[in-house]
Amino acid sequence: MTKEQRLIKRHRAEKRFQFYGLLSIFIALLFVLVLVSNIFSKGSSAFMKTVIKTEVFYDQELLEIENGASRDDIISTDFFDVTIESLLEVFPTNGLEEEKQLINLFSTDVELEIKSVFLKNNNIIGQKIILELTASDDIDQLHKGNYPRDLPEERRRISDFQLKIFDQLVEDGKIKKNFNNYYFTKGDSRDPELAGIGGALVGSLYSILICLILSFPIAVLASIYLEEFAPKNKITEFIEININNLAAVPSIVYGLLALQILLSTIHLPRSTPLVAGITLALMTLPRIIIPCRASLKAVPPSIREGALAVGASKFQSVFHHVVPLALPGTLSGTIIGLAQALGETAPLILIGMVAFVVDIPASPIDPSASLPVQVYLWSESAERGFVEKTSATIMILLSFLIVMNFLAVYLRQKFEKRWN
Amino acid sequence: MNLALIFLITIFSFSLFFYGRSKSKSLSIENNYKLNALPKFYGYYLVLWCSLPSLVFLLVWTLFEPTIIKSIILKIAADQGVVMQDQNAANLIYEKIKAVYLGTYFGDVDILLKESSLSYAKFKNIFTNSKIVLIFVIVISSIIYALKKIKSNNKARDDVEIILKGLLFISSLIAILTTLGIIFSLLFESIKFFSVINIFDYLFGTNWSPQRAFVRDASSITAAEYEDLKDAFGFVPLIAGTAFIAFIAMLVAVPVGLFSGIYMAEYATKKIRKVSKPIIEILAGIPTVVYGFFAALTVGPFFRQIGENFGLTVSSESALAAGLIMGIMIIPYISSLSDDVINSVPQSLRDGSYAIGATKSETIKKVVIPAALPGIIGSILLAVSRAIGETMIVVMAAGLAANLTINPLDSTTTITTQIVMILIGDQEFDSPKTQSAFALGLTLFIATLILNYIALRVVKKYREKYD
Repeated sequence: MTKEQRLIKRHRAEKRFQFYGLLSIFIALLFVLVLVSNIFSKGSSAFMKTVIKTEVFYDQELLEIENGASRDDIISTDFFDVTIESLLEVFPTNGLEEEKQLINLFSTDVELEIKSVFLKNNNIIGQKIILELTASDDIDQLHKGNYPRDLPEERRRISDFQLKIFDQLVEDGKIKKNFNNYYFTKGDSRDPELAGIGGALVGSLYSILICLILSFPIAVLASIYLEEFAPKNKITEFIEININNLAAVPSIVYGLLALQILLSTIHLPRSTPLVAGITLALMTLPRIIIPCRASLKAVPPSIREGALAVGASKFQSVFHHVVPLALPGTLSGTIIGLAQALGETAPLILIGMVAFVVDIPASPIDPSASLPVQVYLWSESAERGFVEKTSATIMILLSFLIVMNFLAVYLRQKFEKRWN
Repeated sequence: MNLALIFLITIFSFSLFFYGRSKSKSLSIENNYKLNALPKFYGYYLVLWCSLPSLVFLLVWTLFEPTIIKSIILKIAADQGVVMQDQNAANLIYEKIKAVYLGTYFGDVDILLKESSLSYAKFKNIFTNSKIVLIFVIVISSIIYALKKIKSNNKARDDVEIILKGLLFISSLIAILTTLGIIFSLLFESIKFFSVINIFDYLFGTNWSPQRAFVRDASSITAAEYEDLKDAFGFVPLIAGTAFIAFIAMLVAVPVGLFSGIYMAEYATKKIRKVSKPIIEILAGIPTVVYGFFAALTVGPFFRQIGENFGLTVSSESALAAGLIMGIMIIPYISSLSDDVINSVPQSLRDGSYAIGATKSETIKKVVIPAALPGIIGSILLAVSRAIGETMIVVMAAGLAANLTINPLDSTTTITTQIVMILIGDQEFDSPKTQSAFALGLTLFIATLILNYIALRVVKKYREKYD
């Protein structure tokens, strides 16, 4: 091989090497794109729900209440007959089986929906009102085009008769897509069309608040101690090793800790945001302490010496001068730590947040779910409708994380002083 | 109750700030001396003395009150003739007594139970009242002490700073407390587990099926029963599955992460770096449950489809899908750490290599990477410890049955998956099945600890070399 050939070969190797590097970055970027677009394409339809325009006749004979009835009377009244009669008007049926199929086009809460209209306006006895009633999950998915209608009938959950009704309704313009208010306001449900993230959202909010209240002050105080006051001795060194190790402990181990100490030993209530918050706080603490210390360390010694020189005590120099300067870095570290805590799932599963909770928690000691746990729970469900619900929940979760991370970056770039 | 007390103490101590400040001022004017600290420090001094002792007392009291009441009530109940065979029965009776007191018990209430619940109410009352009285006494006496100090014109700033420094120190001790908590909670159940299951049967057993372990009373297992049990808790398939999935993950993460790290450090222009680095780090910020969902719903079925096209049977919970997605999750850990490490290799080494005519890639391969190797290995070890501790991806995308296999298309399970599967939902306590989860946790904790320790040592050694 001549010198020239060798040189060409070496230059080719150079090109190849550079290409591998670019390729790796490209693969990573591609994956981000695929993941995000996959989730968005699956999830965005969950923000709309299918409704069926139905004429409801508030028949006095069936309801047995008067116009202007009190709230309690209405709540105790049985709206079942009115509901059935109104639904059967939608399409002519023949026999019980077909009636059942027709009724199954609507969500299981349809009676409640009809009742709640009456609750809002109790002067509609004897009137016919066109309502937009929530459709069942199957119809919802069919309407959104997620349902394979070309399967043979015995492999479908929707019968041919139901398909016929659906097509007729579409032709009559009675099927519509509305904003899915249930998804944001309701708690969990076994029926996808009625399931919402209200409970999980509130649960996550409580957990993160408790986590913030517990971890932020302790982390800041601990990092101030370690960075500014701690003598160089064995105890300090031991604390530092501990903090570094804790930051690397798998999160599930914190779940075991919470299960054993918080639930079995001091008997805090299971499945609650309180326990979740404490667990997340323990987990987040070292992850906040590390950036806090880094930002304290970044404040140049001249600041401290300046304060000391004009007669400030050590405390005053730290709390009046160093801490305010380190605050932007501290805050952004805290926000990033909280963002991690918000997405944490495994320890919450161990403390029982996977319980099926329909109600929206009113306080941090009520059982509740949290956003990531809700994702896990719904992804285990077989119903087709939960796929879009899960993806939509991931979209919400990711948007929270993006906002938090941007806030962290903004705080750092806007307020942090550069010293060199 | 406690919240109200905390609220009252806080409000009261904050109002004392103004008293302390004005009191010290007026004292100095009255007696015509110069204060040893600014007046506000006397305010702080009073606040700290009023709040800290009472709050600490409240905390300690609240921690110990339930246990003390419980032992008293159970003693009274036993004296009255309630039969309690063991600790569990006693706990059950105590819960019953409490439920009767709260009015949430719906079974038959006999006289003994009724009386016990009455005495429970009585003691609860006594304890609450004495708590309030004691807190009152503590607040008053500490205020009197603090005021006496203020009158003697103490160095309030120094005193306040000593107290605050103590507070800072205590906050930093929380880290040690957490570590201790983890170790104790894992050890406590693990010791119980290993008292039933021989540690060697656990470490070297090749069969993991804890659902077989129906044991009513773990303390009295016959030898025949044990023969059946010892085969249910074999750790080998779990560590094999964990290592296997982690290995697949590293096959993805190491080349991609390393090459992107190298490209970012050596080739990328500032502009490309500024855009691509944060985007790659997005991968580290995505919650793992999202990866799990993606792996289980998209990647797993996708691989199965491809496999079917080639006539292969691919499990929809294949190790390959879980490992691949885990690898992608780990990319940023490797890329950003190796980027840092490569950046800290001194420029003079590169210049030396260029001077003898090496191309850039030759310099990287022959000079930069060998120089940065310890740091890169450290970052890979850290990534491995991430991979074996990762939970949600494998819970959602890997299998549940322990399966000793090296076929990546087959399903296999991991340590973390088994912990979650055992502890999800209601657990029967004191069964070896539940305790085995803690033994697994302990194993996992030790393994990650060792990996991290080695990794940090390697990285630190390397840093020292070039600093």
